[in-house]
Amino acid sequence: MRYLPLSDTDRSEMLARIGVNHVDELFADVPKNLLLREPVDLPRRKGELEVERILSRMSAKNISASSVPFFVGAGAYKHHVPATVDHLIQRSEFLTSYTPYQPEIAQGTLQYLFEFQTQVAALTGMEVANASMYDSSTGTGEAVLMAHRVTKRRKAVLSGGLHPHYADVVRTLSEMSSDDVVTMAPDVGGTEDILSRIDDSVSCVVVQSPDVFGNVRDLKPIADKAHQHGVLLIAVFTEVVSLGLLKSPGSMGADIVVGEGQSIGNALNFGGPYVGLFATQSKFLRQMPGRLCGETVDADGSRGFVLTLSTREQHIRRDKATSNICTNSGLCSLAFTIHMTLLGEAGLSRLARINHANAVKLADQLAAVKGVEVLNKTFFNEFTLKLAKPAAEVVERLAEKGVLAGVPVSRLLPGAGLDNLLLVASTEVNTDDDRAAFAAALKEVL
Amino acid sequence: MLNRQGRPSAPQAHGVSDPAAGMGDQAARLQGDANRATGSNPEAHPTFTGNKALAQIEPLLFEIGRYDTTGVDLDEPEDFEPRLGGLERKEAIGLPGLSEPETMRHYVRLSQQNYGIDTGLFPLGSCTMKHNARLNERMARLPGFSDVHPLQPVSTVQGALELMNELGRYLVTLTNMTAVALSPKAGAHGELCGMMAIKAAIEAKGEGKTRNVVLVPDSAHGTNPATAALIGFKVKPVPAREDGWVHVEDVKERLGPDVAAIMLTNPNTCGLFEPQVVEIAKAIHDAGAYFYCDGANFNAIVGKAKPGDLGVDAMHINLHKTFSTPHGGGGPGSGPVVLSERLAPFAPVPFVRMKDGSFELVEQNDEAGGTAAPFGRMTAFHGQMGMYVRALSYMLSHGSDGMKQASEDAVLNANYIRAGLADLMSLPFGNKPCMHEVLFDDAWLKDTGVTTLDVAKAMIDEGYHPMTMYFPLVVHGAMLIEPTESESKTSLDLFVAMLRDLAMAAKNGEKERFTGAPYHAPRRRLDETRAARSPVLKWSPPAPVAEAAE
Ligand SMILES: Cc1ncc(COP(=O)(O)O)c(C=O)c1O
Repeated sequence: MRYLPLSDTDRSEMLARIGVNHVDELFADVPKNLLLREPVDLPRRKGELEVERILSRMSAKNISASSVPFFVGAGAYKHHVPATVDHLIQRSEFLTSYTPYQPEIAQGTLQYLFEFQTQVAALTGMEVANASMYDSSTGTGEAVLMAHRVTKRRKAVLSGGLHPHYADVVRTLSEMSSDDVVTMAPDVGGTEDILSRIDDSVSCVVVQSPDVFGNVRDLKPIADKAHQHGVLLIAVFTEVVSLGLLKSPGSMGADIVVGEGQSIGNALNFGGPYVGLFATQSKFLRQMPGRLCGETVDADGSRGFVLTLSTREQHIRRDKATSNICTNSGLCSLAFTIHMTLLGEAGLSRLARINHANAVKLADQLAAVKGVEVLNKTFFNEFTLKLAKPAAEVVERLAEKGVLAGVPVSRLLPGAGLDNLLLVASTEVNTDDDRAAFAAALKEVL
Repeated sequence: MLNRQGRPSAPQAHGVSDPAAGMGDQAARLQGDANRATGSNPEAHPTFTGNKALAQIEPLLFEIGRYDTTGVDLDEPEDFEPRLGGLERKEAIGLPGLSEPETMRHYVRLSQQNYGIDTGLFPLGSCTMKHNARLNERMARLPGFSDVHPLQPVSTVQGALELMNELGRYLVTLTNMTAVALSPKAGAHGELCGMMAIKAAIEAKGEGKTRNVVLVPDSAHGTNPATAALIGFKVKPVPAREDGWVHVEDVKERLGPDVAAIMLTNPNTCGLFEPQVVEIAKAIHDAGAYFYCDGANFNAIVGKAKPGDLGVDAMHINLHKTFSTPHGGGGPGSGPVVLSERLAPFAPVPFVRMKDGSFELVEQNDEAGGTAAPFGRMTAFHGQMGMYVRALSYMLSHGSDGMKQASEDAVLNANYIRAGLADLMSLPFGNKPCMHEVLFDDAWLKDTGVTTLDVAKAMIDEGYHPMTMYFPLVVHGAMLIEPTESESKTSLDLFVAMLRDLAMAAKNGEKERFTGAPYHAPRRRLDETRAARSPVLKWSPPAPVAEAAE
């Protein structure tokens, strides 16, 4: 077997050195009747070529985003990732290292984590950011728990513009922890009256902007009202590119910011791995979940970095920890940091303008198709269409015509009476031809 | 003349008396770092730059980047009417950029300050640092897996669903369990998923109010108690015994109508298989509770024993350990949970199933149908597809025979290390066979003035990544060594010889070799107390230098 260096001779010599006759003597604590003598009922080993053949066949059954006009978003976005990013994250020393618990030989990881934390804090307009969460849906769950610890209250109010999967994650976690959750009705137009739900019994309000329907929300009035009642504002975003153009959640008064970083540096990957961005104000630092990298010096006085404030974490605090998270999204945060470094402020804001411009063009083009209405007054790179027919059907028909058109709202919110709504995203990858193909196909199908 | 990195931009004569003279504050500090960075007596042959051939100093991105630089060529869009509702950002963000060659060099240099599996033996107990085959990386990047969206029509991702289904079949077969929840994003997330399933099952029996205690042995990983507490369980410890095993009497003593579950790691964190696991499972079940198994150490028994046969109700599998998806400097991972018949109905959404000859994805609780009663959702979308592909690629490559062999080799290698060191280092539970990792304590260091931490740092100088230190908590100064099946006999022989040399040096009073170590790493020992006392968690622009002060 190509991955196993020991030869049979090695094995016998080693068994002799250990002082046993058969390797199964080392498994003596396994109940005799349960120790397997034969390999389990699965296929035998395969060479690289065969494995490639099997997996390539499975891969070929899927329609990849780059192969068609592609407009699917709703929390995961198709962007162009520079070749440099994928090369660098596959460097052995990044790819095959572990959590930097031995900082003297992990400065590479630690320094990029410090850079990552600095970039995330700047983007979100917050004072501190952690070294990543699994993704932003689980990060949102963690943010709600953190708000409960800070406020010593146990009721969360979820905006109707929050991604329904995120709302499900929060509800699942809260039900299991016997905490209260108020979920507002789906808010297609971004006009819900969330202010009226804020009072002294509430721990936090969770508001996404741009929301799942694409609307850009002003968080300032929500933050103001929340703070009057000792309530924390958790601001969520699923498209980090939007921050190249929009006011940061921190500047509008957010107390905790959770965002999905997938768009920068990371592929679609059918939903994972992604990278959860998590930031807050310094005063809440000790209630924060996740790893933190901090600056220090070594015995010679040279600058270096270490994981720090781990008295919040499970390996020290066990059942009193702020979270159970251990493994996070390390390499995805490296991809994020490298891509963000390549972009820089100038590149990110231009990328954001291109995304917005493409979405505006698309919205105008689709609005001209009979049976289509664009519902958004505001949006960044994603908006909601109202179609003359159920969106799920339309999407299926368009897929047959080679256009991946978006996400039917009914897939995220079945039974909500929103069956004719379609979420459509456009990024820098879309061309004029893509848009024309979409509009033409939509015209035929409606 | 200094460039932005605080380095000379024109050659200067070697041996200026104070190379930092005339530099800005920031530059001088960098230069100071540079001179010391490799630790070992820089005065011997000082270099002008502070670099030492391949050992290069790399400043922070924020010290070398520029706000107007970008390494990505994008065309400015034509004028258009924005639809942002007046919420445009007005101020700068503060994100410097680098050109592509600078970016490449910056991160390559950082990578060179890291130790990875590809660098050398990485015996980090419990973490399973086995070889990461690059075939798996290539497979994960096939466009049908990496370039598909989680919410595109199910009809356009049949191959992706097939892969998830196949991975699930492998995991269920290897464990002899009934169902699998693939979506958890790492081991700890899998623990949460399994414990949620248990909580849902208990609630379905109407015992939600009364069963609120979870038994957790003291040797457990921190994520176990943290997970139980996260969803409102009270943690009741099961103390360690001097033989390193959990005893069924100790469990029985703590069982009662208030106990929801036990979280037991098997093979356990002391590197031992729990010989009474079947009896413990029976006692747990008889008391109406559930058996959660922490499967972080499943790699020792893949193809040798099936957790389902041992009475397990739920177990997470760290794909990043047992099935070799790369650890990536701390993630991402993937933590699918296999479930017994009793817990299978409560598996969370989403899951894949066959319907009329094609795969469908059940994404909502009320679409589950039949007796299924999903407890909810762990994450947006469907979990860590990128890791599923890598893990399946590993499994296909090894096959059932190769996986069995891998487990045997992992156990053989750990025992070989035990045999090689048993006379010099101390085994807290006696010199008996271990599984895939061998646990030493620090009794052998008594009166040497050297600690476990010092030994770890001395190993760094010898070119090794240290073992896991101070875990599990049940033995003093723990050193948990897991060589994995990826090491050759030659590699193990040198490793054993190196530790023997260190052990004898410690016993001979060569304290400095340990307490000052590492001497040869990119940094000397780092001050963690200082980092925690006044946390600096991001870069801030340096305060303006008072030029007049010079
Ligand atoms: C025994 C044990 N349990 C649980 C975990 C948690 O797994 P993860 O880091 O994937 O969340 C680990 C690993 O770190 C472990 O070693």
